Amino acid sequence: MKFKSLMTSALLGASLVLTPSAWGATEIQWWHAMEGALGETVNKIAKDFNASQSEYQLTPVYKGGYEDTMTAGIAAFRAKQQPHIIQIFDAGAATIINAKGAVYPVQDLLSKHGVGFDANNYISGVRSFYADSTGKMVGMPFNSSTPVMYYNKNAFQKAGLTLPPATWEDFEMRVAPALKAAGYVPMAQSHSPWIFSENFHSRHNLPMATNNNGFGGLETKILYNNPAMVTHWSKMKQWQDQGFYKYYGRAWGDNQAAFVNEEVAIWFGSSGSFGGLKNSAKFPFGTTYLPYWHGVTSKPTNTFIGGAALFTMSGHSDAEYKGVAKFFEFLTKPDVQFFWHRETGYVAITNAAYELAQREGYYKENPDAEVGILQLNLPGGEHSKGYQLGFYVQVREVMYEEYDKLFSGKQDAKTALANIEEGANKLLVKFARTYK
Amino acid sequence: MKRVTFSHSPIPYLFVLPQIAIIAVFFLWPSAEAIRLSFFLEDPWGLSNEFVWFENYQTIFEDPEYVGTLIATLIFSLSVTFLSLGLAMLLAVQVDGLLRGGGTYRPLITWAYAIAPAVAGLVARFLFSPQIGPIYAWLNPEGQPPWFEPNLDSIDAWVVVTSGAVWRQVSVNFIYLLAGLQSIPRAVLEASRIDNPSGLGRFWSVTFPLLAPTLFFLMVINFSYAFFETFAIIDTVFPFGPPSGAASLVYKVYVDGFKGADLGGSSAQSVVLMLFVLALTVVQFRYLEKKIHY
Repeated sequence: MKFKSLMTSALLGASLVLTPSAWGATEIQWWHAMEGALGETVNKIAKDFNASQSEYQLTPVYKGGYEDTMTAGIAAFRAKQQPHIIQIFDAGAATIINAKGAVYPVQDLLSKHGVGFDANNYISGVRSFYADSTGKMVGMPFNSSTPVMYYNKNAFQKAGLTLPPATWEDFEMRVAPALKAAGYVPMAQSHSPWIFSENFHSRHNLPMATNNNGFGGLETKILYNNPAMVTHWSKMKQWQDQGFYKYYGRAWGDNQAAFVNEEVAIWFGSSGSFGGLKNSAKFPFGTTYLPYWHGVTSKPTNTFIGGAALFTMSGHSDAEYKGVAKFFEFLTKPDVQFFWHRETGYVAITNAAYELAQREGYYKENPDAEVGILQLNLPGGEHSKGYQLGFYVQVREVMYEEYDKLFSGKQDAKTALANIEEGANKLLVKFARTYK
Repeated sequence: MKRVTFSHSPIPYLFVLPQIAIIAVFFLWPSAEAIRLSFFLEDPWGLSNEFVWFENYQTIFEDPEYVGTLIATLIFSLSVTFLSLGLAMLLAVQVDGLLRGGGTYRPLITWAYAIAPAVAGLVARFLFSPQIGPIYAWLNPEGQPPWFEPNLDSIDAWVVVTSGAVWRQVSVNFIYLLAGLQSIPRAVLEASRIDNPSGLGRFWSVTFPLLAPTLFFLMVINFSYAFFETFAIIDTVFPFGPPSGAASLVYKVYVDGFKGADLGGSSAQSVVLMLFVLALTVVQFRYLEKKIHY
């Protein structure tokens, strides 16, 4: 008797803990990796969604960085405790998209439980990145950014320059010598795999891997050791020796700080860095597209996105999926997307939201905030839709390792790229066997 | 003949049970799981797996970087052990020799013990940061090309990680060594003072041998600390990864398993690491412990 009443009260207590507010509302768990101000914005979106309806209660949970969030999701799935929605970043996309039993593709979800799905509503740069080999959209793009070039206008003025370099030839011949003479380090960059390898291929419409950049299936080989990359990275090393480029190490912030401190005149970062730069840089700066090699192409193409997407995990009830679909519809509403874009600097992912931002005159006041979207919307090519490669976190690790050795003078660009290909292809073979 | 048996009470077993439970849950079970996973190619979600015998191990030893990492880790662990023991010994001897003021120094030297390795890493990161680090600025005077670049050079990176690891570990060693020094009978020390007027000579011929059991214990502890616990220091000093050549074995286990979701490869690495440290510990007990008199 006593035991039974104890059990009942324990169960009651547990249920009180588990349903946070709104009695009777279906709870939706959303695990994300957005910290600080970004996390605040996520909470605000969740709060607005909860206020907009009464059937569902969305609970955002911060799980640490991108990798931590993915690991937490994997562990939770193995323990059958997975959340409804999880944020997974670009390099981890293949890990979840190929886990057929673990994820509920957003396209199916919206077709079955929502108002339907039309890929053409999304801006072209984000449309295909989180799709599977059949072209079905698996993840809902969430925080999307793209690499852009920032330049210090004071430095350019001091060096007697007006226009930023449009091509790498222009950088080498005109811009870098003038900036160096004016006492600046001409260039730094914050992510050699993302900006100067992955998006390098996209900007020049070169394949970065076989099998349609890995979208076609798992039997994929990486193609980094190509003449354009060898030229580019040999030049990078040459520029480092000439004092046209400085490598501040792998850490994103160390390279950005050198730009903010006005030591470096041109910095390659993310379109999402705009908000932070606006607060920290004490000088007028401009934003423009990534340069391209005129010797490689005369028709440069779009870059693709980086960042992360929201994936729906399998193993929940239809009633809960209805709530997830409702939330995704809310999230892609033009005003919500515009709010997200304005607050964070990430691009708006739907055409309607982009048009809203234009109508409101947002880009008249902040022309720099539009550069990312414009670059994503540039005419695309066969190879500029993105990539989907397994164990890509480790592939990037190999790249960092080999580029480090290049910049410390231990090897030349050709060796570095050959090593990257060898290491990456071993990982891809292993991934294909793991997920077959 | 009648065998004498005592009636066993189960109570002693109950007393050791919590300890055994802790070892089982936090060591034996995960180790068994690591050994099992190291023979499989398994997708992280646990949807499918394939038994592959020793393939994951083969992959490790075919990697040309792995042997380099192993040697670097060994050098790092030896440096951490000897530097933190040496510094702690110096401090303990100095504090032990004080007639007054020991009570002030002891807590000052000890309190870094309360610091988690990750926090020690953060402190090292700020001290050596190219933007705001006072030690970085002091080592690289303005107007000259910098020569100490932990973000770029693997040896400089190891220096930063080692100093973070040593700083935290010195205080642990200090506590034990000071206790060891204070338990040496005063009569022995006074007798030696008559025989040998040289302080350093007395230290090596009398104090050091009497401290040897404590030192041996600390050496084993420090070695496993340097091998297993320092990945947090590397991860906090270099959140984007250390420069090429400055990763340790346990950091690679962490990166491949937790960041890269490669369960089989990461498990095989951790089994190799376990065996390696086990072998080192056996060597320590076999050869060094024989020279120690308790």
